[in-house]
Amino acid sequence: MEFGVEEVFETAGMILFEHFDIRAVTLGVNLKDLVDRDAGRLAQDAGERLAGLGKRLVGEAVELSESMGLPIINKRLSITPAAWLIEPCAQADAPLVLAQALDRAACEAGVDFIGGFGALVQKGTTAADRRVMESLPQVLSSTQRLCGFLNLASTLAGMNMDAIVRLGHILKDMAAAGPNGIACAKFVAFCNAPEDNPFMAGAFHGGGEADAALNVGISGPGVVRAVVDKHPDADLTALSEIIRRTVFKITRGGELVGRELARRLGVPFGVVDISLAPTTAMGDSVGRILEGMGLERVGAPGTTAALALLIDAVKKGGAMASGRVGGLSGTFIPVSEDEAMIEAVEVGALSLEKLEAMTAVCSVGLDMFAVPGDTSAATLSAIIADELSIGMANDKTTGVRVIPAPGTVAGDSVDFGGLLGRAPVMPVNRFSGAAFVARGGRMPAPVRSLRN
Amino acid sequence: MEKERVFVVVLGKDQKGIIAQVSGLLFKHGANIEDVQQKVMDGTFVMTMLADITESASGSAGLRQALNELAESMGLKVMLHNEAVIKAMHRI
Repeated sequence: MEFGVEEVFETAGMILFEHFDIRAVTLGVNLKDLVDRDAGRLAQDAGERLAGLGKRLVGEAVELSESMGLPIINKRLSITPAAWLIEPCAQADAPLVLAQALDRAACEAGVDFIGGFGALVQKGTTAADRRVMESLPQVLSSTQRLCGFLNLASTLAGMNMDAIVRLGHILKDMAAAGPNGIACAKFVAFCNAPEDNPFMAGAFHGGGEADAALNVGISGPGVVRAVVDKHPDADLTALSEIIRRTVFKITRGGELVGRELARRLGVPFGVVDISLAPTTAMGDSVGRILEGMGLERVGAPGTTAALALLIDAVKKGGAMASGRVGGLSGTFIPVSEDEAMIEAVEVGALSLEKLEAMTAVCSVGLDMFAVPGDTSAATLSAIIADELSIGMANDKTTGVRVIPAPGTVAGDSVDFGGLLGRAPVMPVNRFSGAAFVARGGRMPAPVRSLRN
Repeated sequence: MEKERVFVVVLGKDQKGIIAQVSGLLFKHGANIEDVQQKVMDGTFVMTMLADITESASGSAGLRQALNELAESMGLKVMLHNEAVIKAMHRI
């Protein structure tokens, strides 16, 4: 036999015991050709296209997973940013009409989420952008599977503080519009948002994309944790090598699935996103990898360095395995979805400030964390501005998915159920940055944007 | 027609008849066994079979279901992977 029993067993064991899976297959769909002055017609045409493509995606993904013997967990759709689609629609409730059609299409197709209800406002805000922004509380609280995003900053354009100030108020309305502020869990504020990200809540099908593209998000925190645990005495150079080898293997599995699924769907294969994405399942935790590396708890001194080593090794292993690595390709550290992160907050090891420091070396930013319900709109804006400035200054993606959970105080816990997990409410610095953000305007792009 | 080959991985406590039962089931489903390996790893019995299922009417889905039923009755775990997955993950 060409393959040893150890090799075959390694793959089987990753799936059986270490939660290795293809986390998401996301079909990006261009809808620009459906733009219409009549919002009803736009919504109907978009819904029909997405329901049809979504059904095919789900059917082919289920069949491929069965024939390959690799679990494919989530099947998703992403669309052209909604603000571009409603540009010519005069009808006041055009965003809501479109949103409801998108949500119905997702339900009909059986995809678990549809992303792209958002706008790119890093430099300025169009009338359509504003309409989509203002519709977010109603849209995200009245739909089940629709996700929203805003790109509010970029290294090239700087940061749109006026939009960030407004977003603080919108987030408060969003939190108030549903139980536990759940609508906020379906929304991400970005800097340098990638146009081909397969992960929710921030997936959208960017302006530089083809009519359709299949993007794949793999996941294997449990697999990486297992190899780290097996090498307690390896020095950091050796540890990096061990992680790289493991990520290489799981990326190759993801690329195979992406290539084959794209072929079956007859669409271009976009990217493999190699982000380590935890789930609420025991052991499927990024925090546990860091603890396995030698930290008593996530948040302890050394955490940022450990995370830097981890993500560097992940990127090197992934880049060797596939020429199509893209999307976010960082490490996700959503507080509510990772057992070690939840524990770390609850025992006082992890503060919001340390979480922010971790995002300086880790792609996706402050994710799925709850703050007290009385956190002001200005403070939410200031937290977002801080996080997006890390992305802007370092030419990388950062995002914020914050839940100002109504009626809660620091130390409480908010249970969202299912994949979204349970968020301990984190204390926020009691001093105010309100006067700073209230200055508004556009924060100029950093000097590194002048690179021509 | 291109061959469709799968790896069957059986693991659990060593007991009489594992190879006989699994190969009997594969035969019943029209699969041709091309290779068998077994080893005790970390105290667990692990067996892998490479099977050609090109002519199997059950396909990988039917075969997986039948194998799962057999494994459950014997207190074992079984996985079935397309050869392409193992090749992608372990060979450049």
